[in-house]
Amino acid sequence: MTTHAPLAMLLPAIPFAAALVTLLLPQRSRAVAATLGIAGAAGALALTLVLLLTFDQPYGGYVELVRFGELAVSFGVRVDTAALLVAVATGVVALAVQVYSVSYLHDDQRYAPYAAQVSLFTAAMLLVLVAGDLIVLLVGWEVMGICSYLLIAHDRRLPAAPGAAVKAFLVTRVGDVGFWLGIILLGVGAGSFRIADVLAAVTAGEISGTVLTVAALGLLAGVAGKSAQFPLHTWLPDAMAGPTPISALIHAATMVAAGIYVVFRLYPVFSGATGVLAVLGVMAAVTMLLGALAATAAEDIKRVLAWSTVSQLAYMAGALAIGATAAALFHLLTHAAFKALLFLGAGIVIHAVGTNLMSGMGGLRRALPATFWSMTIGLAALVGLPPLAGFWSKDAILYAASGTAGWVAALVFAAGLATVVVTAWYATRLWLRTFFGAPRPSSQEGSPLQAMAVSGDPSSKPVHGAPPLMLWPVVALAVPSALLGFAAFAEAFVPWLQTPDPVEWAGEYVAGAQAPVPVLAEQELLHIGVFMVVPVAAVALGIVLAWAMWRRDTAADPARLLGPVRPVFAHAFYLDQVQHAVVVRPVTAFARAVRRTDEVVVDGAVEGTGRGTLGIGALLARAHRGAVPRAVAAVLGGALLFGIVAVTLGGAW
Amino acid sequence: MSAGQMLLVATLAVPALGAAVVALLPRRIEQGARVTGTVAAALAFLASALLYLGRDWSPMIALGTPVQPWYQLQLDWVPWLNLQFHLGVDGISYPLVVLTTLLTFLCCLFTIYRVPEGGRGRSLVALLLVTEVGIVGTFLAFDLVLFFIFFEVVLLPMFAIIAFWGGERRRHAARKFAFYTLFGSVLLLVGVFVVVGSAGTADIVALTAGEALTRPIQLTAFTLFAVAFAVKSPLWPLHTWLPDAHTEAPTVGSVILAGVLLKMGTYGLIRIGVGVTPEGIAWAAPVLGVLAVAAIIIGALVCLAQTELKRLIAYSSVGHMGFVLLGIATLSVAGLQAALIGNIAHGIITGLLFFLAGAIKDRAHTGELARLGGLRENAPVLAGLLGFGAIASLGLPGLAGFWGEIFAVVAAFQRGDTLWVVLGVAAAVGAALTAAYFLRLLRRVTHGPAALQLTAPGLTRPELVAWSPLVLLALALGLLPALVLGMAYDPVTALAGVVP
Repeated sequence: MTTHAPLAMLLPAIPFAAALVTLLLPQRSRAVAATLGIAGAAGALALTLVLLLTFDQPYGGYVELVRFGELAVSFGVRVDTAALLVAVATGVVALAVQVYSVSYLHDDQRYAPYAAQVSLFTAAMLLVLVAGDLIVLLVGWEVMGICSYLLIAHDRRLPAAPGAAVKAFLVTRVGDVGFWLGIILLGVGAGSFRIADVLAAVTAGEISGTVLTVAALGLLAGVAGKSAQFPLHTWLPDAMAGPTPISALIHAATMVAAGIYVVFRLYPVFSGATGVLAVLGVMAAVTMLLGALAATAAEDIKRVLAWSTVSQLAYMAGALAIGATAAALFHLLTHAAFKALLFLGAGIVIHAVGTNLMSGMGGLRRALPATFWSMTIGLAALVGLPPLAGFWSKDAILYAASGTAGWVAALVFAAGLATVVVTAWYATRLWLRTFFGAPRPSSQEGSPLQAMAVSGDPSSKPVHGAPPLMLWPVVALAVPSALLGFAAFAEAFVPWLQTPDPVEWAGEYVAGAQAPVPVLAEQELLHIGVFMVVPVAAVALGIVLAWAMWRRDTAADPARLLGPVRPVFAHAFYLDQVQHAVVVRPVTAFARAVRRTDEVVVDGAVEGTGRGTLGIGALLARAHRGAVPRAVAAVLGGALLFGIVAVTLGGAW
Repeated sequence: MSAGQMLLVATLAVPALGAAVVALLPRRIEQGARVTGTVAAALAFLASALLYLGRDWSPMIALGTPVQPWYQLQLDWVPWLNLQFHLGVDGISYPLVVLTTLLTFLCCLFTIYRVPEGGRGRSLVALLLVTEVGIVGTFLAFDLVLFFIFFEVVLLPMFAIIAFWGGERRRHAARKFAFYTLFGSVLLLVGVFVVVGSAGTADIVALTAGEALTRPIQLTAFTLFAVAFAVKSPLWPLHTWLPDAHTEAPTVGSVILAGVLLKMGTYGLIRIGVGVTPEGIAWAAPVLGVLAVAAIIIGALVCLAQTELKRLIAYSSVGHMGFVLLGIATLSVAGLQAALIGNIAHGIITGLLFFLAGAIKDRAHTGELARLGGLRENAPVLAGLLGFGAIASLGLPGLAGFWGEIFAVVAAFQRGDTLWVVLGVAAAVGAALTAAYFLRLLRRVTHGPAALQLTAPGLTRPELVAWSPLVLLALALGLLPALVLGMAYDPVTALAGVVP
């Protein structure tokens, strides 16, 4: 049986090599850095396509890296169509981001490290996707975390950037404590870190129920951190302090997608553990609404999109919670396309007007027509307008939830439907405030559009209007955002989104013994029928509400509809403050107390012993400075004492 | 004498001779003396590295001996005391020996270029070489008394390095270091004589294989050993000499202290604690484990509240060595391997961090975190390297520090009972806290607006030469941990086999 395991191992290696070489370049060598970055992403994408087109049967392959006792760690790959499809999304978005960045960061002084970090980010995500070993998966998982940290902190002019970067890494790292423990419990329980062995042990019931539940909950903590699910979602909105292409990368095809993907990849662990999927479902329902509601009041265009990511990821988590794994992955793919488009489009808008705030935008559809149309497609896909991509994938999730028994499915369905309304509302608000109405004066002096308004010459193109290198990726991403949903019509597509039964893997299993993965018995992504009316009606409701509010006063923010709850939404339910009060402040206070104790008590005892010894020494020294008669008396007294002791004890001699 | 035995001797004799030559050269030859010493250090590194090539490839477990050195050298030294000059090297000690010779070489090289205030560079080079003899000897000794002697040889040159070339409070730090470790050494000496008196031999190979020691003797001896090694490693709460010594020592002193000197303690625990007194360490393992995890958590919290760059890095050693000690305390093959690679990784990464901290303090003339800032604005390469070092030190998967940390936790989980699982969870939390304080450090030092004018912000060539091996090793060991653990697997498995 031929496999392409060595080629699959090369997949993360290509961008990794590009990253290493780029890191060695001088910081300002833009051309080489950009070429290497683009080549790395394009190479990875090309290889993924080759692997996908020649795909015939799932396969795995391993090279042992090191052995700790009886536990081996292998650089292994485990390739199926699901991994390759997500890898395609990663490759496409990474390529778009690398191309876009050339223009977006055209005056950046540190382009080489930036491009290298994007390449490394891509490599880490690809490693997570194809990894066949949990420890190797963890490598990719955390390298991605550190890349997000580095890239969010990239902008040196933004005072908020370093803090946001630290927050992004630490919040996810807190979740990763659980992820570590989950991996370790599974590895120790199964006697191997290979995903194949772990899943085989889980389906064969070799890991006890409690251990499995704890492990799954641990993994879930890590997933919540990476995929920004409540209560570990707080880092994602702040992460937009990074350059806009980085937001596209993080929000679309890397980092946040990894959490969802890992649940998909290790699905038997979650479905086999009691109650864990219910936890995931509740988490998803809460996050879905929370994210959407927070988006309604956000003023920063990137923050709206960031909250929308939080909310959309929760759809995927909700789908996983009810066993609709194929629908979850489908939404992951469509979301990758339209969210990358939206962020890159927002970048063009921000570039043009010189501000992130929607209060400084308006009427941009004339100045940026291609961006306008692309973003319209992206937003329509986000809200789920038929026949765009988001409609089909979201519909598949809602349909699966409506057809599944149990309170978790009911909760996911209710929250999902409510979120559709809210999503339509905030997306319409963003669309209208950015592209319609009268152009508003920008808060920043000297922005190109403002210059155009002052000169009163509409024919003069804005200098930063939409540089081609920025526009092409956006327009290109509009194609999958519009059309990817039709993949659901292809018969072969649904099985591609499912993890094959263990017996079908080449090079991994001896046949037999493994039960099939317990997901929804017959998953379907497409069902044309009366049910489709429900989400469409919800979308229409949201759009109409936002539009009606906007029509009354096209200069005012429709968010005034929210009334007294607006500040609550704008502050995302004050969860940042809660996190600060409950975690950050106590830990830092505790750290200060521990430091004091360590210095005063532990070291104090040591220094005290030293001083004490010196003191006693001084005392004894003084005793020895007595006059001769006293010394003689002491010596004689001592001799007498020894004599008595000798006589008493030495009688036997 | 076989080629291997000659290499063993050369690894010790070359730096010793080098130190003597440097000391004997006429006083006016300053630069030449430093270069001579550095050449000696380079030759010692070469000799130690070559040890790997000539080693015995035969599988060792078949022989039934728990310790099977690649080659050994056994000479009668003081016959009427049954004292032998017994050297050897195996997969457990080899990586530490090479790390020692490498770091000493880099430090000597660095001293050619830069001598800290307080004394002549040639004296510093000579003292570094003497320290190297002591440390390498400790790792190579297969005789308890010889081990003790080498263990003590390190003390005085290191005392002098801190006391003469150190920072403002150098005298106090040096005294504290010397007395604290002397206190441990006295107990080590008593322990050695308890063992030798009871077993009639000081040969570590024989002691590890045999069952000459009764349980009470083992418990007594291990208690004595444990305190000595705990001071050196250091194990909480016997660690407070470390922040003072590491902070006050000159850069090269800190590099050697953190890079290899601490490893004498953990190596002693493995070679002697596990090998010679297995029942003793098995009896004390839970206490050792609890203290190790306490060190991880407390070390991390102290770092989180630390305000001085070099002191923070010094304190981070407490936490990192906590992971190493946790690995040892599990007494499993996985745990001991985690300890070995943790040792090496900490030596490489913390060595690099001390080099960087020294370079930053030299340029900014302060180490206060509150006064530093914006390093990436005016010294981007330095900032990048500091970022790399910090990220490696926080145990990022894919870099060297990761393997020791996660597999110490794995080993704790493998023990299975509640205590060890709790210890494992606490250690994992400690790993997250480690990330927190290193990111806080980076935020204070590298981000934000440039706070200070730096003298000579770029890297000099000697700095580049001295640091790049450490950067490369941190990456190489992260990707290929088998570089260290491949050769250690068999000896560690055999050694763990003697634990009851």
